[in-house]
Amino acid sequence: MKAIFKTGIIDGLPIAVGYLAVSFSFGIAAVAAGLSPVEAIIISMTNLTSAGQFASIGIITSGGSYIEMALSQFVINLRYALMGISLSQKLDKSFTRLHALLLGHALTDEIFAVAASRSKKVRPVYFFGLAVLPYIGWSLGTAAGAVFGALLPDKLCSALSVSIYGMFIAIIVPAMKKSRAYLTVTMLAVAISCCLHYVKLFESISSGFAIIICAVIASAAGALIFPEGGEEQDE
Amino acid sequence: MNSRFLIYLFIMFTVTYLIRVLPLTLIRKKIHNRFLRSFLAYIPYTVLGTMTFPAMFYAVGNTAAGIAGAAVALIAAFCGGGLCTVAALASAAVYAVLLII
Repeated sequence: MKAIFKTGIIDGLPIAVGYLAVSFSFGIAAVAAGLSPVEAIIISMTNLTSAGQFASIGIITSGGSYIEMALSQFVINLRYALMGISLSQKLDKSFTRLHALLLGHALTDEIFAVAASRSKKVRPVYFFGLAVLPYIGWSLGTAAGAVFGALLPDKLCSALSVSIYGMFIAIIVPAMKKSRAYLTVTMLAVAISCCLHYVKLFESISSGFAIIICAVIASAAGALIFPEGGEEQDE
Repeated sequence: MNSRFLIYLFIMFTVTYLIRVLPLTLIRKKIHNRFLRSFLAYIPYTVLGTMTFPAMFYAVGNTAAGIAGAAVALIAAFCGGGLCTVAALASAAVYAVLLII
């Protein structure tokens, strides 16, 4: 039990480091837009999500409607439902509904990716260990950015903010190296993503919605061409 | 902190919490459909690929630095670098390019 918790902690460390940097930039952006540092910190501690929180700053400071807030969070964060369905297939029997209610809110892109790409079933104690440091990192980073953000050189902030993408690459590349199916499917998702971003026609699609479109099309195409992709996770 | 902020906060939290927790609590059975199983297995990688590209290229406001970071990260990951190593090298590459330019 202790060993599994420790494994989770170790796996969560790089996520926490990445979060420090990203939430730091959230803290800076929130305060620059007019929120108080305490408000920025409370948002981070209750939401633990990057894209949704960044979008919320604009809505709050411009006095947007409550419907707009609900809809934007729904669209941007809908990908978590997809991840939750995917992760539900990897949960150990000991992972009860109560565990899901208590720990499920820690399901972020990165925590999901690490938990889902693990070869073993996910036990609650592992998931808890995995989530602890990222949660602390996300909260502390926001606090630091909100309070001291203006002091750090811009170039250093920029460099720190890409660490999260470095982490994503470190997760997807090993799978792409190992299997042609994963390579093809991931490349397809990237290609669609670039299309949506660079083709003017698709300009109005929000980033949260774009993630859903790309992931669903590429994964469905992959499942049609390489239906055996889900089998290797059985053991 | 006014009441309007608290209502915004409540809406954000509730919507996000339900999206995350409902699938995990409602879907408890193993899915046997082969298509669905592989679809779900591909999701982590397609989501992360989509979130990284092309976002990484323009994230720092300097395309050259973004591309350098992505290239270094891809090479490091291909050579077997772990999460922390790859993330640190990507940041270092971006920082180096930003200093030069």
